Amino acid sequence: MCEQTKKVQSIIHKYDKAKGNLLSILLDIQEASGRNYVSQEHADIVACELGIPLSKVHDVLTFYAMFSTKPRGKHVIEICKSAPCYITKADAVVTMFEEALKINIGDTTQDNQFTLLYTSCVGACDIGPVAKIGDKIYGDLTKEKIQSIVVSYREVTECPK
Amino acid sequence: MHHTTDPNLMVNLKINGIPVTVPGGTLILDAAKKVGINIPTLCYHPDLKVRATCRICLVEFKGQKKLRTACSNEVWEGAEIITNSKIVRDTRRTVLELLLAEHKPDCLQCVRNTKCELQRLAKELSVEETSFISAGHSFEIEDQHPAIVRDPNKCIKCGRCVEVCQDVQQVSAINTAHRSAEFEIGTPYHQKLDQTTCVSCGQCIAVCPVGALYEKDDTGKVQTALDNPGIHVVVQIEPAIRVALAKEFDIMPGNITPGKMVTVLRRLGFNKVFDTRFMTDITSREAAYELFDRLCNNGVLPMLTSHCAGWINFMEKTYPEILNHLSTCKSPQQMFGAIAKTFYAEQSGISPEKIFVVSIMPCVAKKYEGARTEMSASGQRDVDAVLTTKELVKMIKHGYLDLAKLEESEFDDPLGISEDDMVICGSSGGVMEGAVRTVYTELTGYDLEQFDFEAIPDLEGAKEADINIAGQVLKVAIVDGLKNARVLMDQIKQGSSKYHMIEVMCCPIGCSNNVRQPFGTTAEIEAPIYQGHKSPAVLTLYGKFLGNPLGPKSQELLHTNYIPQYRK
Amino acid sequence: MSKIMQLISANCGKIPPGSVADYVQFGGYEALKKAFNMQPIAVIEEVKKAKLLGRGGAAYPAGSKWEQLFEIEHFPKYIVCNADEGEPGTFKDKLLLSQDPLRVIEGMTIAGYVFGSHDGYIYIRGEYRDIQRVFQTAIDNAAEAGFLGDNILGTEFSFRIHIMSGAGAYVCGENSALLNSIEGKAGRPRIKPPHLAEVGLFLMPTLVNNVESFANIPVITLLGGEQYLSYGTNDSGGTKLVCLSGHAKKRGVYEIPFGITLRDIIYDPELGGGITGDKNLKFVHLGGQSGPCGPAALLDTPYCYKAMRSNGLSVGSGAVVVMDETVCVIDYLKCVTEFFIHESCGKCTPCREGNKQIYHILCSLSDGQATKQDLQTLNKLTDTMTCASFCGLGQTASVALTTCLKHFKAEFEAHISRECPAGVCNFSKGRGE
Repeated sequence: MCEQTKKVQSIIHKYDKAKGNLLSILLDIQEASGRNYVSQEHADIVACELGIPLSKVHDVLTFYAMFSTKPRGKHVIEICKSAPCYITKADAVVTMFEEALKINIGDTTQDNQFTLLYTSCVGACDIGPVAKIGDKIYGDLTKEKIQSIVVSYREVTECPK
Repeated sequence: MHHTTDPNLMVNLKINGIPVTVPGGTLILDAAKKVGINIPTLCYHPDLKVRATCRICLVEFKGQKKLRTACSNEVWEGAEIITNSKIVRDTRRTVLELLLAEHKPDCLQCVRNTKCELQRLAKELSVEETSFISAGHSFEIEDQHPAIVRDPNKCIKCGRCVEVCQDVQQVSAINTAHRSAEFEIGTPYHQKLDQTTCVSCGQCIAVCPVGALYEKDDTGKVQTALDNPGIHVVVQIEPAIRVALAKEFDIMPGNITPGKMVTVLRRLGFNKVFDTRFMTDITSREAAYELFDRLCNNGVLPMLTSHCAGWINFMEKTYPEILNHLSTCKSPQQMFGAIAKTFYAEQSGISPEKIFVVSIMPCVAKKYEGARTEMSASGQRDVDAVLTTKELVKMIKHGYLDLAKLEESEFDDPLGISEDDMVICGSSGGVMEGAVRTVYTELTGYDLEQFDFEAIPDLEGAKEADINIAGQVLKVAIVDGLKNARVLMDQIKQGSSKYHMIEVMCCPIGCSNNVRQPFGTTAEIEAPIYQGHKSPAVLTLYGKFLGNPLGPKSQELLHTNYIPQYRK
Repeated sequence: MSKIMQLISANCGKIPPGSVADYVQFGGYEALKKAFNMQPIAVIEEVKKAKLLGRGGAAYPAGSKWEQLFEIEHFPKYIVCNADEGEPGTFKDKLLLSQDPLRVIEGMTIAGYVFGSHDGYIYIRGEYRDIQRVFQTAIDNAAEAGFLGDNILGTEFSFRIHIMSGAGAYVCGENSALLNSIEGKAGRPRIKPPHLAEVGLFLMPTLVNNVESFANIPVITLLGGEQYLSYGTNDSGGTKLVCLSGHAKKRGVYEIPFGITLRDIIYDPELGGGITGDKNLKFVHLGGQSGPCGPAALLDTPYCYKAMRSNGLSVGSGAVVVMDETVCVIDYLKCVTEFFIHESCGKCTPCREGNKQIYHILCSLSDGQATKQDLQTLNKLTDTMTCASFCGLGQTASVALTTCLKHFKAEFEAHISRECPAGVCNFSKGRGE
């Protein structure tokens, strides 16, 4: 059994193979994938282990916005486009990230390090416009701040501990 | 608001000011029918769990601003419901227009033209066009499957197909996915149906209100064969199909006799018209000997019947570890094809390449079965085309035949064998009953009297019987519907099944492929007891061609193997 | 007199979140001890007297909800805390969950005691994963200190709280959709009736309340309902966590007593401090994306449920998003509608199709392609969505639009004449292109 599959199995067992824990199981599998997605193969394993039809696992994976069924960048940068961020110039933040990463919104960098996406409100309207990367939320963004954020994530990737 | 669901209490309410009294727990939809008001619906289906998502059946509760769905709300004491106020009428029309905006408007080309629930609704509400803009999507139509065609451009997202597949059949091949504008109904990862757990039972087609799901049309293929004077086209048909046929033509079932059906088929150009019941007798005989063999030689028990095509698909995909329980008998349809292209070809002096075998069935899974590549025991495809009742109707209409005025004809002798005692040999209890009777006679030398089935406790759609054969008890069961069948299959997996033979029909209410109500049976006319094993025609076929049941010839032509199709 | 109160936010930023010792030191768990010495029905009476209206946005009287569930004789019952907080402009539950989780835990535990429930679930949105970890630590600490688990405070009462994570779906803020999500399914709302008090989580009777609602339970239990009511107005007891965002100078969460005005919230130096750049306020969007928009003329409305409602405004989730004169109403509404298009669960016709059609017309307006007929179509759509949608999302998705049509009709008409008063919309496309 390959490493990834072992990891998937251990996540499923951590959550007691309970059907009610499907969302958490899938979130953990997505995080462990390294590419922020849940592959069809892993979805199949989850379906089999939990005794849920694949069509129901697929429904959950496509219903919730945090999941992706296709590989994404190691770091997913999500720019909030809900109203409170929109009116405080979220569009400008998008443009600045696009320039810093040299991709358009919706795309992934060629080195698969970053994916740039829109997201709905993440509950940080007091510091908007915001960008969410993983569990961290960055607000009150300027061009310089954005540059240094991108660099910091790149540095973390390029310099193994 | 106080709701009562106690059906023992009567509830008084008013609908459009008209007093109505109904038992507690009655849906507003049904209460309205009592006073002659048929509230329109679209996603509602009486045999399925309520979804209340189309929002067509909205009614007004007096004094409330929000409208409510009649399909999901029960009556309550003192309710005042209005079904036709301006707000209800306007809202209903707007909802319909919203649906039409995303529905491909090609009624004339559509398979459901004049039989479409959406079209009917638009006609009833006099909605001829929509004031809304379409998003202009164009989705790929899946039509590679031998039996089922899916057209997402027509889907109105009523969810009936999901309910029947997930909840009734528990096959779960299709489901909802995504949300919002991307909300769709289909297979996971847009897999082709064949790659999913789909068993081709066709229940999704049966409940789809529009042309989003329909059976593959093979009438063109059949017509081409009929038009070719060099091809000898034979057809087998189950006489009980006439009930569905009558419904399609709006005629009383009693007015379409089997004799008229034979005439229709001859008029359409079929060279020979055979009665499927003859092949059912053959199937029962083979199954009987197979059961007998398993009983006497420590064979795998219980033996599971194998004539239901959807059931076979289900077993291969869902219970591959117990495939050895299935009878290796092919279905009557497939046996017919194999015999037609061997024995019948010999007897009639026609080369098998020139024989085109057609089967008319009420079921789309039979199309899938006919297309199986392993079903070519004769050296070529045993069954060339399977038509459903709907396709037969189409051909009859294209031929402009008036069923009421047709004369009666006789079926052709079964595969060329002279038959004098057809009536006695009509299959009355399906393959399993036939098999059991044969085994009984073989073991005791006597005929088995009528025996009764009793419902299996706590299992819907299932019944069992104990048959005493020379001091031993043969335990048999019949179950309809895959959800119910799972219970018995799980028992087999756990090693706790008490049965010797189980007959499974994939669809919840059985099908006329496995006639439980014998031909001609009414309350007044008692059904003759099945005596297929005494059929002279059956015995002749064995004597002249097949040899013994389960013999080498039978094994070659009439039996098959199963392959696990889908592994998790 | 200060316009800030600290009935439920007193500990925020002052004590280490999840520290039981600190929580107890500042009065924590006194309410639970008091509740254990009260009959459950007596606790419910206090909640009724307090006139606590659901703080998630629907504003359903908590006392009535608790009473309905109490009358149902069917067990087990479940206590569910709705911590989905997906409403744009709302970030108050985040404050409580991350900085005073034990208050929420205590509130849920009191509810557990009242209903004889032994299992509570808190559904925290997936975007708050780090906060989920903080909350889990608080649960673990409470259990270790004997405030959760078996035989709490030496009584026979046992209660456990389980954290369930969302995964990014605003519609899961709708209570029945939330329960489906806890059960591991897609978060599409359920048919009602039956209501969740009868058929809820795992088909059992269930109480669902918002984080802030639960946070108010200890203070109501301790002070009594009447005193709690007295901090607010006759119809709106206690305080509200208000979330100020948009073009306000001092964006953030403020706990205010009901009864101060919207103008106070936005302009008072203790609170919002005015508009950034000292620009003019054009309109506010209240209570969330599903709430109404109000013009500057209505700023003197007292911030409480009844007064706001009578002026066509709303408390809702407590969100107050402020828009200055540079914002185009049409452009803003496009953003709101895009949100609902993205978040609609998709299963019912009016919401799934209606939001798309509204967006199409708004784009026509901002492109200078719209006609007067389009305004009539907008009305047709909003009427249909309001009265025919399956759930609250669809029913309220067009509220912002209808209120803007009422207060800013002229701006819509200007766009039909290819003019954008705020100078945002570009009419470069010719008509009919």
